Amino acid sequence: MTMQPHSPTFTLGQIEQGPPCCEPIPHLSIKGLSVRYGAQTVLDEVSLDIYKGCITALIGPSGCGKTSFLSTLNKMTDAISHAHVTGSIHFDNNNILDAQTNVLQLRRRIGMIFQKPNPFPLSIERNLELPLKEHGIKSRKVRKEKIEKALRDVGLWHEVSDRLNTSALALSGGQQQRLCIARAIILEPEILLMDEPCSALDPISSGIVEDLIIRLRGDYTVIIVTHNLAQAKRVANYAAFFWMKERVGKLIEFGQCQHLFDTPQHELTAAYISGAKG
Amino acid sequence: MPSRSASNIRLADQCFSVLIMACAAFVTITLIWVLGDIVIKGASHITWSFITSEPSDAGRSGGIGTILVSTLLILCVALGAAIPIGLGVAVWLSEFTVQHSRFSNTVGTTLDVLAGIPSIVYGLFGNAFFSLYLGLGFSILSGGLTLACMILPIFIRTCESGLSAVNNDWRKGAQALGMSRSAAIWHVLLPAAAPAIIAGLILGIGRATAETAALIFTSGYVDRMPGSLLDSGRALAVHIYDLSMNVTGGDNAAYASAFVLITLIILLNTTAQSLIDRWFSQRIYAS
Amino acid sequence: MAKASTRSNRTDTYLSRILGAMGLLCALLLVLVVFFLLKEAWPVVQSGGWLRFFHAQGWYPLEQLFGMLPMIWASIAMALGAILLALPIGVASALFLLFYAPPSVAKIYRLLLNLLAGIPSVVFGLWGLTELVPIIATWHAPGTSLLAAILVLTLMIIPTVALTSVAALSAVPKELHAGAQALGLTRKTRIMSVIIPAAKAGIISGALLATARALGETMAVLMVAGNVVQTPSSLFDPVRALTANIALEMAYAMSDHRASLFAAGLLLTLIVWGLALIASRIVKSNGKVLAYAK
Repeated sequence: MTMQPHSPTFTLGQIEQGPPCCEPIPHLSIKGLSVRYGAQTVLDEVSLDIYKGCITALIGPSGCGKTSFLSTLNKMTDAISHAHVTGSIHFDNNNILDAQTNVLQLRRRIGMIFQKPNPFPLSIERNLELPLKEHGIKSRKVRKEKIEKALRDVGLWHEVSDRLNTSALALSGGQQQRLCIARAIILEPEILLMDEPCSALDPISSGIVEDLIIRLRGDYTVIIVTHNLAQAKRVANYAAFFWMKERVGKLIEFGQCQHLFDTPQHELTAAYISGAKG
Repeated sequence: MPSRSASNIRLADQCFSVLIMACAAFVTITLIWVLGDIVIKGASHITWSFITSEPSDAGRSGGIGTILVSTLLILCVALGAAIPIGLGVAVWLSEFTVQHSRFSNTVGTTLDVLAGIPSIVYGLFGNAFFSLYLGLGFSILSGGLTLACMILPIFIRTCESGLSAVNNDWRKGAQALGMSRSAAIWHVLLPAAAPAIIAGLILGIGRATAETAALIFTSGYVDRMPGSLLDSGRALAVHIYDLSMNVTGGDNAAYASAFVLITLIILLNTTAQSLIDRWFSQRIYAS
Repeated sequence: MAKASTRSNRTDTYLSRILGAMGLLCALLLVLVVFFLLKEAWPVVQSGGWLRFFHAQGWYPLEQLFGMLPMIWASIAMALGAILLALPIGVASALFLLFYAPPSVAKIYRLLLNLLAGIPSVVFGLWGLTELVPIIATWHAPGTSLLAAILVLTLMIIPTVALTSVAALSAVPKELHAGAQALGLTRKTRIMSVIIPAAKAGIISGALLATARALGETMAVLMVAGNVVQTPSSLFDPVRALTANIALEMAYAMSDHRASLFAAGLLLTLIVWGLALIASRIVKSNGKVLAYAK
C-alpha cells in the first residue's frame, strides 16, 4: 500500500516535502489499552497501530479519553497516583507498560508537546540546552550545533538568534510553542505526541505551527490530538475517532484520514464529522 | 547513548533524593530532641501543687500558680482588645472600602509594616507609651495592650484574606434578599470566613502566649498574685527566662514551666478552635 | 417596609463609621509606635550624637560611650549564619513535603513544621542553653557563642523558610512539571533546573522575611550568645546582639543610655522594614514572569 497523495482539499499551500512520506509499518502497536482513574474507566480496550513517519490525528469530543490515551504512550500517567493502565503498547519489541521500562529513556524517544506552550522560565538557549545536558551531551560545541539546528527546523532561528540569552517567556505564544517543539525534537525522538498544540494560539501562529507539523512528517511519527476537524484533515495521514459511551472513552473508527472523512464506516463518525453530534 | 553519563545522571538524582530525605530527617530529629528534652526534664516535676502554688525561693521551689494567673490575665487583655478591633478592621477593609482605594491601601500597608516590627521594639513602645505616658506602670494591662498591638496586624490580615475569599455570590444573594450589609456580614460572611478567623486567632494566641521580650518592660517581673489588672504580673515565658538566666539551680523549674507553656499553647489552640467552631455553627443554624 | 429599610441603612452607616474609625486607629498605631520610639531616642539623635553609635570605642554606658557597631556586626553575623543554614534545609524540607513524601508522611511533616514554628523562643533558648551550649563548650569554651546563637536561630527560622517555599513551589504551574517530565529529565534536574528557578522569587522573599525574623529575635539569642559586647572574630566568640542588649539594659537605663537603647530599637526596625520592602518588591516584580501560565 502506498501513501495517499495529498488531495487538494486538505493540503495547505505548497509544502516542501522532506523524505518520502509515511509507510504503513507499525511504529507503536497498541492492544487492549484501558485506562482507569480510581474506579472510573476513561478509556476502554483501545487497539490500533501507529504507522511510522505518519501523522495520526486523534479526534472526538472533549472528555472521550484522547489525552489520556496520548499520555499513556510516554507513561505520563505514572505521575497520576490513582491512574491504572492495562493492555500493551509495543514499541521496538518491548511493552512500554512493563514496569521495568526506563521512563527517562522512553521519554527521550517519545517527545511530547502540550496544549499550552510551556517553556521553562529560563533563557531560550537554556531551555534547549537542559534536555541535551541531561541526556549526556557534554560537548559545548555539539550542543550549540544541535540548538541551532533545532531552532532552524522550527523556523525560529532567524527570529531569535540574536537573543538566545533572553527569557523564553518574552516570546510570543506562537514562538513559545515552536520553541517547545524545538525542545522536543532536539533530543531526536522517534515519535512526537501533540496534545492540541494549536488550540491556545492565535490563528496566524496556529497556521505557522500547523505548517511546521506537516513538515515533520516523514522524519517523525506524529500523534496529534485535535478538536479542529479541518486541521486534522489538513495535516493527518491517519485519523482515529474516539467517542464516549456511558462515560467510558472508546475508539470507534480508525483509518486513513481521507477515507475516514469521506466515507466514514460508523454512523457516530459520520454524525460527528458532519457536525450533527459532539 | 553514552550510558556512562546516563548512569552518572541517575546517581546524581539518587544522591539528591538522599540529601532531601536527610534534611527532612534532620528537622524531624531536632524537633524530637527539643520537645523530648522539655517533656523528659519537665514532666517529672509537674505535680498538682506545682501548678497551683506560689513560687518561692526565686522560683527554685514552690510552683507557678500565680504566674499562670498573670499569663492568662495578660492573654485575656490582649485578646479582649485585639479581637473586636481586629475583626472590625478586617470587615471594614474587605466589605466597606473600595478595593485598592487610597485609604484602605494605606491601612493595609501600615498593617504589613506593623507586622514586621520585632517584638522587643513593641516592648520599648509599650514601656514608653502604656507604662509611662499613659501611666499604667508595669502592669498586666500595659503588657496585654502591648501584646494586642503586636498580634493585631497578623490577626487582621488573616481575617481579611478569609473574608475576601468568601464567594461573591453569597454577598449578591444576601443583597438580593434585601438584607442590610450589617446583617449579611453577621449572618453570612463572618460564619463563612470562620476558618480564617480561627487561624488568625490561633496565630495570635500562639504569639501572645510565647512572647517574652515585649513583656519584660511592660508587665514586669513580680511573681506575686496580681490583685488587679494594674498590678505587675510575671508571664510564664518571662518566668522561664528568669529561671534559666538569673536563678542558679532554677533549671528544673524552668523545664517544668516550659513543659506547662507548650502544653498551654497547644491547649489554647484547640480550645479556641472548638469554641469558635461551635459559636459559628450555632449562628448559621439558629438564625 | 420602607421604615425597616431606612433603619437597616442607618445601621449600615453607623457600622461603616465605627469600623472606619477602627481602621484609622490601626493606621495611627504605626504613627504612635514611630513617634514614641523617636521621642525617647530624641535626646541622642538630636544632639547629633547618633554618629557616635558608629564611632565610639565600644559600649560603656557608664562612661557615656555608646558604640553599637560590635553589636550590629554580631546581629548581622547571627542572622546571616542562620539564613545560610536554614535556606537549604528549609527548601529541602519544602521539596520533601511536595515531591518526595507520600501524602500521609507529608501531612505529618507539615504538622511538625507548624509545631516547630509554634515553639516559644524562650523555650528554644532554654534548650539551647542546657543542651547545645554544653556540647559546643566541649569543643571550645565557654560554649555560649555566636555559633550557639546561629544554630538556635536556624531552627527557629527553618519553618518560615520551609512554609514560604512550599507556597512558592506549589504555585509553579503544572504545565512546567509536565513539560519537564515529558523531556525525560530526572527528578533532580526537574527540581533544580525548572521548578526552583520558577519559584525563585517566592523562595528568596521568604528567606528575606526569615532573615528579618532572625535579626529581630531577642530571647533565644539573649540566652545562648554569651552577651559579651565585642565584634565577633570567630564562631566560638561570645557576642551580644542589638536586641539582647535592649533586653539586658532597659531595666536600669537612664537618660542618654535609655535614649540609645530606643535608638537601637529604631535602627533594628528600619533594617527589618528594609528587608520586608525588598521581599515584597521581589514578589511583585515576579508577578509578570509567570504570566504566560494563565
